Amino acid sequence: MGIRFILMVNKQGQTRLAQYYEWLTLEERRALEGEIVRKCLARNEQQCSFVEHRNYKIVYRRYASLFFLVGVDNDENELAILEFIHLLVETMDRHFGNVCELDIMLHLEKAHFMLEEMVMNGCIVETSKANILTPVQLLEKT
Amino acid sequence: MAMHGMRGLSVFISDIRNCQNKEQERQRIDKELGNVRNRFKNEKGLSPYEKKKYVWKMLYIYMLGYDVDFGHMEAVSLISAPKYPEKQVGYIVTSCLLNENHDFLRLAINTVRNDIIGRNETFQCLALTMVGNIGGREFAESLAPDVQKLLLSSSCRPLVRKKAALCLLRLYRKNPDVVNVDGWADRMAQLLDERDLGVLTSSMSLLVALVSNNHEAYWSCLPKCVKTLERLARNQDIPQEYTYYGIPSPWLQVKTMRALQYFPTIEDPYTRRTLFEVLQRILMGTDVVKNVNKNNASHAVLFEALALVMHLDAEKEMMSQCVALLGKFIAVREPNIRYLGLENMTRMLMVTDAQEIIKRHQAQIITSLKDPDISIRRRALDLLYGMCDVTNAKDIVEELLQYLSSADFTMREELSLKAAILAEKFAPDLSWYVDVILQLIDKAGDFISDDIWFRVVQFVTNNDDLQPYAAAKVKEYLEKPAVHETMVKVSAYILGEYSHLLARRPGCSPKEIFGILHEKLPTVSTTTIPILLSAYAKILMHTQPPDQELQSQIWAIFNKYESCIDAEIQQRAVEYFALCQKGAALMDILAEMPKFPERKSSLIKRAEYSEADTAEQSAIKLRAQQQPSNALVVTDQPPANGATSPVPVGPLSLAMVPSMITTEDHTSTDPALSQQNGSLTKVDPQHPSADLLGDLLGPLAIEGPPGATVQSEYNAVSRLEGGPDAVDGSAIVPVEEQRNTVQPIGNIAERFHALCLKDSGVLYEDPYIQIGIKAEWRAHHGRLVLFLGNKNTAPLVSVQALMLPPAHLKMELSLVPDTIPPRAQVQCPLEVVNLRPSRDVAVLDFSYKFGTNMVNVKLRLPAVLNKFLQPIPVPAEEFFPQWRSLSGPPLKLQEVVRGVRPMPLPEMANLLNSFRLMICPGLDPNPNNLVASTTFYSESTHAMLCLIRIETDPADRTQLRMTLASGDPTLTFEYVPKTSHEHVKFKTLVLTDFSHIPSAG
Repeated sequence: MGIRFILMVNKQGQTRLAQYYEWLTLEERRALEGEIVRKCLARNEQQCSFVEHRNYKIVYRRYASLFFLVGVDNDENELAILEFIHLLVETMDRHFGNVCELDIMLHLEKAHFMLEEMVMNGCIVETSKANILTPVQLLEKT
Repeated sequence: MAMHGMRGLSVFISDIRNCQNKEQERQRIDKELGNVRNRFKNEKGLSPYEKKKYVWKMLYIYMLGYDVDFGHMEAVSLISAPKYPEKQVGYIVTSCLLNENHDFLRLAINTVRNDIIGRNETFQCLALTMVGNIGGREFAESLAPDVQKLLLSSSCRPLVRKKAALCLLRLYRKNPDVVNVDGWADRMAQLLDERDLGVLTSSMSLLVALVSNNHEAYWSCLPKCVKTLERLARNQDIPQEYTYYGIPSPWLQVKTMRALQYFPTIEDPYTRRTLFEVLQRILMGTDVVKNVNKNNASHAVLFEALALVMHLDAEKEMMSQCVALLGKFIAVREPNIRYLGLENMTRMLMVTDAQEIIKRHQAQIITSLKDPDISIRRRALDLLYGMCDVTNAKDIVEELLQYLSSADFTMREELSLKAAILAEKFAPDLSWYVDVILQLIDKAGDFISDDIWFRVVQFVTNNDDLQPYAAAKVKEYLEKPAVHETMVKVSAYILGEYSHLLARRPGCSPKEIFGILHEKLPTVSTTTIPILLSAYAKILMHTQPPDQELQSQIWAIFNKYESCIDAEIQQRAVEYFALCQKGAALMDILAEMPKFPERKSSLIKRAEYSEADTAEQSAIKLRAQQQPSNALVVTDQPPANGATSPVPVGPLSLAMVPSMITTEDHTSTDPALSQQNGSLTKVDPQHPSADLLGDLLGPLAIEGPPGATVQSEYNAVSRLEGGPDAVDGSAIVPVEEQRNTVQPIGNIAERFHALCLKDSGVLYEDPYIQIGIKAEWRAHHGRLVLFLGNKNTAPLVSVQALMLPPAHLKMELSLVPDTIPPRAQVQCPLEVVNLRPSRDVAVLDFSYKFGTNMVNVKLRLPAVLNKFLQPIPVPAEEFFPQWRSLSGPPLKLQEVVRGVRPMPLPEMANLLNSFRLMICPGLDPNPNNLVASTTFYSESTHAMLCLIRIETDPADRTQLRMTLASGDPTLTFEYVPKTSHEHVKFKTLVLTDFSHIPSAG
């Protein structure tokens, strides 16, 4: 199925955005996020961007104070996901102009819209930034 | 902009952000929840805008990890709002908050459908996305046709169609029937002609899901995938928007190559050549560049290309290019590449012949075991584990042992388990195995599960040569100042049983051994004390002549524990004390433990991370094995101890509790029966077929332990085993699983018969797995490799393979991992030793789980009698004296077989050849007859000459007479049946092939 969830977490470990593509109960999500944050945030720059956790593989990338963590199946192409994170960040950059944690917090709905245009049902649906942003811009006009 | 409309929301978010601690946050959230709840109560007064604002707040609160148990209805109701902003919020928040089984979703189906079939394409997109994310079975049933129509519609714009593709994927997963394979394959191929890369990207995901279940139906898509890949790799007609750092959509490239990995081979030479050109280009043309994003993207493509090359089993040259690349990767600085290099090298182990080249990188891989990054260390451990074999086991295991002392706590258990398994599987000699396990216990006692020490005890018990060595070794460890409790357990057990073997060595008198052990008693827990007490009792028994002082010392200890609060300790103390007074009886009851029945290592069973359901499932299997059987088996020894209890640790833990009360007489085996070792005269009882499984499982314990001592402490089922005939071919035929919903591909029986003639081929296949087999036979040894290939993108879990060997075969199946990774192939070597002639067939009880499907099949293995034959030419001057000297039954038997498919004599000769019988032309004066010779190998008969004559009747080719002679009555009997009721069995082994395999030979 590919992508299981996408999390954006700040360096204090607070969740800023969470999108799951499989159903987990709130307790499960809380536990999972806690474990992942503990594991990933403790890692340093010299370590690789992949962490194995339960039956997921976490592909993560850090941008300033914000971590992007993507949970994927074990057989997913890790580097493709790693660059997909960057594509997401570049897309948000194009919209917000140098996106930061606060942008995502205060415009949570837009972050969700963008993600929705990029990933559906755990699969990548669109990789053209222009196409991703069209509906978001449509929303601003209304 | 949008926030202007939702000031309340941004105020709330800022408030949350300013909270100093969790408590403040909770208070603020509780307040907000109360507020929202109140607002929702008088819903009538809420404007769509207000609703939207509150629903976003709910989502925000939910994201922070707080339960939001109201307002779902409001979120769902926004879906039917007429305006885009509200509708969008409704759709997005609904798909975040609700799961597919939520009742409210059902209420929305109609609205959703109206949006999907409506004219507003933005609404269509919203609806398709939500259904694609959380649509359940009901959605699948009511929406699939509409979604398919949109996907195929030429009037629909790409932005709708790409969503329709993934929406259909979801519906297909929820209910595979929504995609009618017959009609859909062509449309799928058509979709791949799409120029728009967005539509192509999501269509490719859809294709991957479809082909992973049924590649046969989608052959027509294969050339299209290659074309797409070529288009991307050559950057033809790719819009700028879809290139990423100059690379044409790396994601679509990866997905396309993934789809290609579901087709077993590529037959069309043109397509194959085109694909290999593209792959070659990727392999050679990927350079390391400065820009990290570009570098990652190009390597994402490269790694997928590597996987595809491995899958296609490309030419040797290309394969070695891949290994060379991986070898380079595992040594680079960049940690991501290093990690992926190791990971892919582990996958590469599945490729034939790659293992040897990978071994050259052993030193580098061992270095990675010490990498500062745990992710990389784990990959290195997996790879080392996978590449270990007899040639490098010593090096690798010793590395693992060394690493154990410094390894993270989180890895120690896995590490020690793996080291223990490798030591067991590949031990060059058993003393080394004992050394390794004792070192493991010494270094990582806390992480050593009981199974590990139980296993070493089993080995020591079953190997007489090993006993003094092990006893001396554990004594050394015990003399160390600090000893782990597990070490005390294993030492107490071994010293109790075998320390008397050391008695002549200095420092090893019973008294001294007792002293060393007893010193540990104050430091151990109540679970260990009983083992110590048993050891004392055994030491005391072995002390000849009796040592009064030692005796009174030990009796005093028993005395002391007679009032112990722990029931187990108390019972042992009381019983041992009472026994000691009895003298002679003590000798019997405390006699050396009998050999353990051969069994699969329980360690290996839990080698992979086992999930809870695995445990449950194996419990079911174990129960099945315990079902009493009324089968009769005759073995070499009268079963002294019907210890066929298959619970891995059972006998051991039980064995330490000699309970004197139930001294049942287990030697009640009928001596007449046991004398008739494999005798032919006995007609075994007819078993009701309902008990088939029991019969099959009966002879699991390969042989009863020798030495008919009264060692039957535990109340084992006094199972007199089933005679070889109990497990014969005909009995096994109907065993093929009845309850499976997963249908095998091809005919299992035909596959088996084909494999009786060939040494490699497919044993079993279904939509999820393919089991191939490759065998080599040398004299009475056979080496088989089972290839377990997972055909899916999801792993196969709870994989279990259990050998059910008949009594005449000794079989050892190596580790079968609990999980087979997606699209991976696992090779499991299986060693077979033929002990004596028998035509019983070994059965592989194989099960796995895929999704909710639990599949269990019982497969006959082609380790049949003719595999142990070696054709040998016999000249006439030797043949006839032999033939004459073997006169009449039981050495020479004759059988008329009717109902054979008529075939010309040369064809029959070919068939006999494939049975490894050497035709001796010209020996028989009658041209309608065939005479053949062969050598049969087994441990009991060694090389045994076997002569066969087949007489055919030119007037009636459907019958023939077969005469077989050998120096061993069992062999003759097993090869040729003598009475008509045996006929069926005979046919199952040999003659079915005459009649059922049209193109044999």
